[in-house]
Amino acid sequence: MTPAHFDGLMPVVIFMALAVILFTGGHFASVLLAPKKPSHGKSTPYECGEIPVGSAWSMFNVRFYVVGLIFIIFDVESVLMFPVASIFRELNDMGQGGYALIIFLSFISVLIEGIAYCWRKGDLDWVKSFQVSTKNNKN
Amino acid sequence: MNQTVVSYLSQYEFYDIILEAFGNNEGLLAFVIYSLFAVIIVALCATIGGLGTYAERKISADIQQRLGPNRVGPYGILQFLADGVKMMTKEDVMPFTADKMLFYLAPCLALVGVFATLAVLPWSSGFIMADMNVGIFYLIAISSLVGVSVFLGGYASNSKWSMLGGMRGASQIISYEIPVTISILAIVLLAGGMSFGAIVGHQKGLPTNWFIFHNPFAFVAFFVYFIGALAETNRAPFDLPEAESELVSGYHTEYTGMRFGFFALAEYIEVFVVCGVAAALFLGGSNLPFDISFDILPIQLVEVVIFMTKTLLLYYVVIWIRWTFPRLRVDQLMSICWKYLTPIAIVNLCGCAIWLVVFNGRSFAQIVFGGHH
Repeated sequence: MTPAHFDGLMPVVIFMALAVILFTGGHFASVLLAPKKPSHGKSTPYECGEIPVGSAWSMFNVRFYVVGLIFIIFDVESVLMFPVASIFRELNDMGQGGYALIIFLSFISVLIEGIAYCWRKGDLDWVKSFQVSTKNNKN
Repeated sequence: MNQTVVSYLSQYEFYDIILEAFGNNEGLLAFVIYSLFAVIIVALCATIGGLGTYAERKISADIQQRLGPNRVGPYGILQFLADGVKMMTKEDVMPFTADKMLFYLAPCLALVGVFATLAVLPWSSGFIMADMNVGIFYLIAISSLVGVSVFLGGYASNSKWSMLGGMRGASQIISYEIPVTISILAIVLLAGGMSFGAIVGHQKGLPTNWFIFHNPFAFVAFFVYFIGALAETNRAPFDLPEAESELVSGYHTEYTGMRFGFFALAEYIEVFVVCGVAAALFLGGSNLPFDISFDILPIQLVEVVIFMTKTLLLYYVVIWIRWTFPRLRVDQLMSICWKYLTPIAIVNLCGCAIWLVVFNGRSFAQIVFGGHH
């Protein structure tokens, strides 16, 4: 007889708790052991010895945002494929393999279409911003 | 019901005796067993992570014809303990411009994300902490916490180097998650399930039953997974988020002492986890190369040794790669991911699906040498 109601997520919670305990313990040890001599120079953000100008929280290259968008599209699509993939073998054993394959491939073709579109738009090139001026018509 | 370490131990007589001692409180006993195993696994992984830093320096020294650490203990093997003590006794410096709460939170998040993945690693057929039905899916999901912590560390420091490193790290980790996920999908397709128990159980027997040798597409999928996993763990040649020649130290530039140590520990354990997943998904996991009808505890230990051997061999390859290849540029990094690995991974997925239907689920070896699945 197994304690079925505890088999699910208990180890996960235990591991996470261990991580927090280890972190707090290590932090506590360093509070006890480490010297504490704060100074202004020490707590200045490191910029190779120069006095930093402005904050690091400033505007950023928009390419990172585009990569994030593409990631979200592909991630959601691959998440949707997981349930199909896990019963694909079962369907094949039931003789529904061809049917499942056609549906599966047509779903993947949407994914391929997506990547082809991004590729053609030049969103997969990291240095797109420099190419826009020279290849204006193509993009 | 999927097997876990508790349900595995419950088939032995001593389980009932211990259960009696716990006043027949199964939940409490399960908690104690899980906690015990969790502490053992965490201690083991922390040691492996620590020894990983030592191995890294020793192997790199070998490759570059240097001596490497050789002062602390025999052959310098206790170097990682000395490093740990040093980190604890270093002053904890935080930039006064930093976001204090996020700055504290980032290394903790990295550690939580990595430790949570340890829960589903299949150490042997009996010793699985949580064999969830969505095991591999859970692993992909929870390991993204490390990506969040990389970005958080870079953002919270409010230093320009950290910010650049964090941004690069986040974009790299999310980009390479796509080829990795799609390669894993191919294995889910072949195994017909997402739980590690089912995936490893499918690869019983000789190495010809391993999923890497199941069909040519799975063979390629292994390499796509491995390259993507290297990039996801920020290992060279994909260590752009911490490229010391251009970004000082990347997202952990401002981290000192123990908090830096936790980032390093999380990174090394994550490499171990990634290698373990590669061993479990593609290289037969903890399976013995022959069938045995009986099941006793020493066999479980042999299985653990087999799993560890495969994982540590891959770990060696990871270090080897780091000290062999030069670092990539950012645009090369992105084009490798989106223009090469992702299309190849998609083709592999389609190929595996077609192979399953055309050959009715038989592997390459079964077709050549005959036999049923």
